[in-house]
Amino acid sequence: MASLSRILGHLIDCRQATRLISQTQDRPATGWEAVRLRWHLAVCVACTRFDRQVAFMREAMRRFRS
Amino acid sequence: MDGPSFTAEIERQRSYLLRVAVLQLRDRDLAEDVVQDTLLAALTGQAGFTGKSTVKTWLTGILKHKIVDAIRRKQRDPVLEASLPEEMDLEEFDGFFRENGSWQEKPADWGDPESSLARKEFFDVMQFCLDKLPANTGRVFMMREVMDLDTDEICKELRITANNLWVILYRARMALRQCLEQHWFGQAQAR
Repeated sequence: MASLSRILGHLIDCRQATRLISQTQDRPATGWEAVRLRWHLAVCVACTRFDRQVAFMREAMRRFRS
Repeated sequence: MDGPSFTAEIERQRSYLLRVAVLQLRDRDLAEDVVQDTLLAALTGQAGFTGKSTVKTWLTGILKHKIVDAIRRKQRDPVLEASLPEEMDLEEFDGFFRENGSWQEKPADWGDPESSLARKEFFDVMQFCLDKLPANTGRVFMMREVMDLDTDEICKELRITANNLWVILYRARMALRQCLEQHWFGQAQAR
């Protein structure tokens, strides 16, 4: 099972994952994109951090405005 | 609302509008012109205020359009136009990743970033980081995040494709994230 999740997690690499994470701030992900991203995040600490940080930056920009 | 108090209410929002405009345009003189335009439009178009939203929201809506007009005029500026294709090029920019697609330098743990939102210094650092973005990238990022325009609107206004826009926003987020990590969250241990 461990190796299966490793394989699924590497259907996209970190470069592709970060592009997708950024895009999902601006458009909905397709089903297949969402699945691949979820599998990747399940095995990647760095991209999981990136995902949270991008969401945080949006929140910070909202506060910045008011 | 009667005439005089309505006028006073509009004037009261001036400093807020100016702050938003300066943030977006990064040009104080231009921002003042845009706010002036907005207030004038509001005062002459009082009838447009239906009372369904607050005066602040209504004014912000007018301001958005004025800012977009100002950006569009700037966009025709040949100096700015020249750098835009470069800012949309994704391959130019892949120093963040190794050839195999893994991080060159992994994002750090930011701990509890929300607690920074209560600190004025954090927003000073954010302003510093926004100012460091390439001019068009910064402007487009602000349209999306500060003015909350949706991607269709931005593409239409700037006459760029959705793909161009995603690249610009991606670059903005990558650069802003790295800058915040370097100048704020990287220092977390010391705080």
